[in-house]
Amino acid sequence: MSEINLSVNLCGIQLTNPTILASGILGTTKALLKRVAENGAGAVTIKSISVESREGHKNPTVITFEAGMLNAVGYSNPGVDAAAREFTNLQDVGVPVIASVIGTQKDDFLRVVDGLSAQRFSAIEIPLSCPHTPGFGLLAGQGTPQATFDITSAVRKVTKLPIFVKLSPNIPEICTIAKAAEDAGADAITAVNSMGPGMIINIEAQKPILSFKVGGVTGDALRPIAVRCVYDLYKAIKIPIIGVGGISTGRHAIEMIMAGASAIGIGTGVYSRGIDVFKKVCEEISLWMQENGFDSIKSMVGAAHD
Amino acid sequence: MIEQPMMAKICDIQEESPCVKTFFFKLNLNFEPGQFVMVWIPLLDEKPFTISYIQKDLVGISVLKRGVFTNAIHSKKIGDMLGIRGPYGRGFSLKLDSNSCVVGGGIGMASLSILVDRLNFTSEGYRGNVTFIQGARTASELLYQKRFKDMKLCTDDGTVGFKGTTVDLLKDLLKKQRFQKVYACGPERMLYKVVELCREHSIECEVSLERYMKCGFGVCGQCDCSGQRVCIEGPVFNTEELSRMEDFGRITITKTGERVIHS
Repeated sequence: MSEINLSVNLCGIQLTNPTILASGILGTTKALLKRVAENGAGAVTIKSISVESREGHKNPTVITFEAGMLNAVGYSNPGVDAAAREFTNLQDVGVPVIASVIGTQKDDFLRVVDGLSAQRFSAIEIPLSCPHTPGFGLLAGQGTPQATFDITSAVRKVTKLPIFVKLSPNIPEICTIAKAAEDAGADAITAVNSMGPGMIINIEAQKPILSFKVGGVTGDALRPIAVRCVYDLYKAIKIPIIGVGGISTGRHAIEMIMAGASAIGIGTGVYSRGIDVFKKVCEEISLWMQENGFDSIKSMVGAAHD
Repeated sequence: MIEQPMMAKICDIQEESPCVKTFFFKLNLNFEPGQFVMVWIPLLDEKPFTISYIQKDLVGISVLKRGVFTNAIHSKKIGDMLGIRGPYGRGFSLKLDSNSCVVGGGIGMASLSILVDRLNFTSEGYRGNVTFIQGARTASELLYQKRFKDMKLCTDDGTVGFKGTTVDLLKDLLKKQRFQKVYACGPERMLYKVVELCREHSIECEVSLERYMKCGFGVCGQCDCSGQRVCIEGPVFNTEELSRMEDFGRITITKTGERVIHS
């Protein structure tokens, strides 16, 4: 069987394959990033970093259900100074590492970007779309076109690295927000963050399971919505899209690529298929491409469009 | 495996020591020694615990009163409910028909008790010998003394048994005896020394680690130890695996996700 070339060029970053570890999953330490890279990811994203350290919400913070996962971790992270110490010598990871940067206000994003600037990150992702952490993302009004434009252009001024803006599937006018990000100098759109929030109630306890009561929905339940968002975005913007939401198989990945994604993120798939989900998805993509006569990822991007 | 917390009624409570109580539930869990379950008190918190008793249709968890959450568990009465999900993780791999030594420090004993049950009562008739060492700070903190009659006890203050640590006692035993396998659970400082000692004596060894956990099923990254997820690849690791885990005995991760020197 001849080797299929899965490599992609994402905003000038060369990836050996289109799978990227999505932010918030396993990205707590450099050792885990390396482990994920060894399990086949084309790139990895760290867990989001804020200026100050945060303990996040109390447990339970993550719970699974028939169609995916519900989480309200609450952005636990050690803060930018400790993160800068943890993520040194990133070339050891073996694949490009994306920094996820969060803030309660514009200046916070700049301080975190600055604090991580000495480390060898390949791109900066700014999620303006978390649905379950007071002070951040949607709960801080960061999901409007104006806020997206302001934060993105501010970050644009302080870094030469590619900027990925991560958007919420909740907002009907996702394309307007993506355009605001594009106008502000974003290099790619990551679509999408978790949706909802949703809630799961334990009926014997008569209480919601998550301590924060509500959490973002990911996994299978999110996938059709994520695919539709990417499909719409592909028509609306010129910059590349990283498709995220419920991808755990090669077929899911190809579906997302055909909707318009240049690369794809995997998060909840680590639960459903194990840490080697990246390797599995790549093998499944290769096999499908071979059987169906495709010889590059690029040739499949947007294939579902008229 | 129970994916979402299942509310289980406490049907019995047993006092093990002034600070440790065992809570019993009627629950059918396919639980292997060394695994863990997540125990939930609605609207308060959820934390990992091992199962310390399996008797017919009863399972028990032994809880050391240590903070807000464990205090809340201790205040529960018979008839109250706790949420339980799991079991999770990889447990001990039992080396049957050989002489083994089981070393427990403090509440680490809870994780080893059903391992010893299993080693003692395998259906084929266990032909090996189990030496069970328990260490505590002082006599009143010792656990399961009626349950395991032949334990070798040691206390830091010498109030009962050997005066010194479990590691000192194991070192002494190794002068006279040969074990094919050592299993241990307790404070990581102790585990580190047990592993070193076993390495010197070329004895197979497995230890169960403790880390702050969130999801329990390998996605959140909170319980990382040198790239190994303690909730999935662990909590039990063998000497060879531990030799590649630089954080073992040195570094742990706080609730914020910061890697800090083990206290």
